[in-house]
Amino acid sequence: MELDVLLLSRFQFALTIMFHYIFPPLSIGLGALLVIMETTYMVTKDPQYRAMAKFWTKIFAINFALGVATGIVMEFQFGTNWATYSRYVGDVFGSALAAEGIFAFFLESGFLAVLVFGWDRVSDRMHFISTIMVALGATFSAVWIVVANSWQQTPAGFHIVGEGLFARAEITDFWAMVFNPSAVDRLVHTLIGAYILGGFLLMSIAAFYLLKGRHVEFGRKTFFLGLIFSTVFSFAAALSGHDQAVKVSETQPAKLAAFEGHYVTGTGGAPLSIAGIVDEKAEKVRYSIALPGMLSWLVYGDASKPVTGLDAFPKSDRPPVALSFYSYHMMVALGGFFVLLCLVGWFFFWRKTLFTTRWLLWVFVFAVLGPMIANQAGWFAAEVGRQPWIVYGLLRTSDALSKAVRGEHVLFSIVLFTVIYIFLLFLWFSVLHRKITHGPEDEMSEVDPKKRRWSWIDAAVLLTAPDGASMTGSKSPGGGGSSAGDKASDKEVR
Amino acid sequence: MDLNVLWFGLLGVLLSGYAILDGFDLGVGMLHLRAKTDTERRIFMNSIGPLWDGNEVWLVTFGGALFAAFPHAYATAFSAFYVPFMVLLFALIFRAVSMEFRSKRNSPGWRKGFDAGFFVSSALATFLFGVAVGNSMMGLPIGSDMEFQGGLLDLLRPYGLLVGALAVTTFLMHGSIYLYLKTEGELQARIYGWMKRSFFAFVFSYVFVTVVTLFTVPHAVDNFSKYPWAWIIVALNALAIANIPRAIHQGRALYAFISSSCTIAALIFLFGMALFPNLIYSSLNPDWSLTIYNAASSQKTLGIMRTIALVGMPFVIAYTIVIYWTFRGKVELGKFSY
Repeated sequence: MELDVLLLSRFQFALTIMFHYIFPPLSIGLGALLVIMETTYMVTKDPQYRAMAKFWTKIFAINFALGVATGIVMEFQFGTNWATYSRYVGDVFGSALAAEGIFAFFLESGFLAVLVFGWDRVSDRMHFISTIMVALGATFSAVWIVVANSWQQTPAGFHIVGEGLFARAEITDFWAMVFNPSAVDRLVHTLIGAYILGGFLLMSIAAFYLLKGRHVEFGRKTFFLGLIFSTVFSFAAALSGHDQAVKVSETQPAKLAAFEGHYVTGTGGAPLSIAGIVDEKAEKVRYSIALPGMLSWLVYGDASKPVTGLDAFPKSDRPPVALSFYSYHMMVALGGFFVLLCLVGWFFFWRKTLFTTRWLLWVFVFAVLGPMIANQAGWFAAEVGRQPWIVYGLLRTSDALSKAVRGEHVLFSIVLFTVIYIFLLFLWFSVLHRKITHGPEDEMSEVDPKKRRWSWIDAAVLLTAPDGASMTGSKSPGGGGSSAGDKASDKEVR
Repeated sequence: MDLNVLWFGLLGVLLSGYAILDGFDLGVGMLHLRAKTDTERRIFMNSIGPLWDGNEVWLVTFGGALFAAFPHAYATAFSAFYVPFMVLLFALIFRAVSMEFRSKRNSPGWRKGFDAGFFVSSALATFLFGVAVGNSMMGLPIGSDMEFQGGLLDLLRPYGLLVGALAVTTFLMHGSIYLYLKTEGELQARIYGWMKRSFFAFVFSYVFVTVVTLFTVPHAVDNFSKYPWAWIIVALNALAIANIPRAIHQGRALYAFISSSCTIAALIFLFGMALFPNLIYSSLNPDWSLTIYNAASSQKTLGIMRTIALVGMPFVIAYTIVIYWTFRGKVELGKFSY
């Protein structure tokens, strides 16, 4: 039996990139939050922020290690499975990748060592600088990889050289390549997605501690920081998502049509689909709930102007509609959910019951899965919506494979990756579980209340705390991470 | 200067950087099971703990630079070496995981499992690097369309395996000298013996591979008649090798480490000499080889990348120095160790 190399290679790419992409947004989001925590520590010199940063550094380090380990696969997979693609885009894509290696990876991996191992080896200032460097490195790597991916969506600054087998894109204008039409919008949206995830992760673990009555002061402050961060970026995501949809309508109309399940161009305004079931055979969306004219209004500011439908494209140039539609709608729905949940959070915060409303805290414990799924779904929609092209309008995915690789090879590597990724997932959960059960170091109770310098986080949490639960630690027996139970659990397991 | 030649040279620098830096931590991995107690094993892992990740970035950057500068060579080599490459990736992932997770639990079974994983993945990765170099020296069955036309067995030829063995002995030597620098007392006294033995194993395999190369891969030395100055590197290489036992004997392990680093750089240089100006030598017809000219990106891209490298490399060197300086001295197991 002949194995389908194309299908297997696409499956392998989806498997390895989706597994990899669990980790980078966590690193980017947490990296930015670590900078905030350490800045607060540098300003207040309050050891509890050092303890906070230490705890989150541990979580960060585990995610980062897995990100690196699974990321190496991504870089080499272009050559192993997609050799023809590599020959085609090498001239353009390669310089972005080389820049990523030199500017981002060395920065991250070098200073990560100081971040994780350097707490008692370097000064506070040096540690603070290292944290900034790692956060910058994580952001830079997003810059270059999103630039390269955006070039595949909206190629610019190149010309085609050679013919047939040896045709390839060559750079004519480096900056036009970097700032290709979709690069900035997509980068911003990607980073925002990572920041939302970082904020929700903070709230998830903090809510867990609050529910268990452990590390309560740590929990409140962490939760508050996470809530601010998530709220800001949830709203930002909606704005940047809108910008991006407008951009997609200009640059990749077939993709937008697939996102919306918009088959027929028609003569009037196009509806904005809220939900429905795609029937690819009948070329329509069944049980559709849609707002008439809204898509036209969102894209053009004119509810009666037609939006290009899938019927404008030959069938061979259309992306798979159902997959694009569902993943896109999942992302959008989750984005709405984040805004709503944050607002609910603020409502209870204002009522001074945020940290005591158990059902809501449970919602926040599991809500972290939301941004994780939304990040995956967004990329899934972006990549599936680009099909059947690997480089939009220039190179088809089916023409991009390695000629020397056979189906059984790819099957072998898929099995290999599946086994090791299941194992990694198990390890990741097991170590995260341990770190979370162990909790932050018990430095909060050591502060002398008279000497304490207040930070804005302290102030905000104090202002809205319910009566009788002051945050100063000295008055509140359960307020710090200082209960006997915490002491017992603080035995370092190594 | 010819940009294609420049990038061939820069790739050599990146590969040497990788081999020297990751070489010692792969060596530590291969020696890991020789450590007896749990504390000793933790010392081994923590000797490279803050550094291995940064060391591996040299490989990642080498891959990225190869992709950017010579996309055809990247595409051909990686698809040709598909299966060994996947096994290599598997080994690298597993190695990272073994280090990261070994000491996260106290259970002896958990730790033993990851100890074994750390050893096997380090040895496998080292060996596969050697096999890849050996195969590149010999050449691959590349057709006129730049595509690999062989199968898996073409990659398992004896010469390739032999170079794989040379890589193992080289990194064993390099790793044991590094460990000697990072340890103290009774453990260090034991490592002294490993250093000497691995040095002799290295010299033996190096001489053997050289002799076999001269007889079976004659095109590997063609460049020496064209560029006689390359003999200077050979002479320096011999001096560096000779200096290793001398420095060990005098108790100046740092000099031995520098000498073994120079030896590795010289080996990569010889590898480059064997290839130049080819990147992948076609064993079917030398005219079908991928060279630094027919496999390269455009002059414009090579020029842009030169700028990126010129701006970026000083930073990279600065970080590397800062990090190695921060973690200098003997290993101390503390709260933040593995």
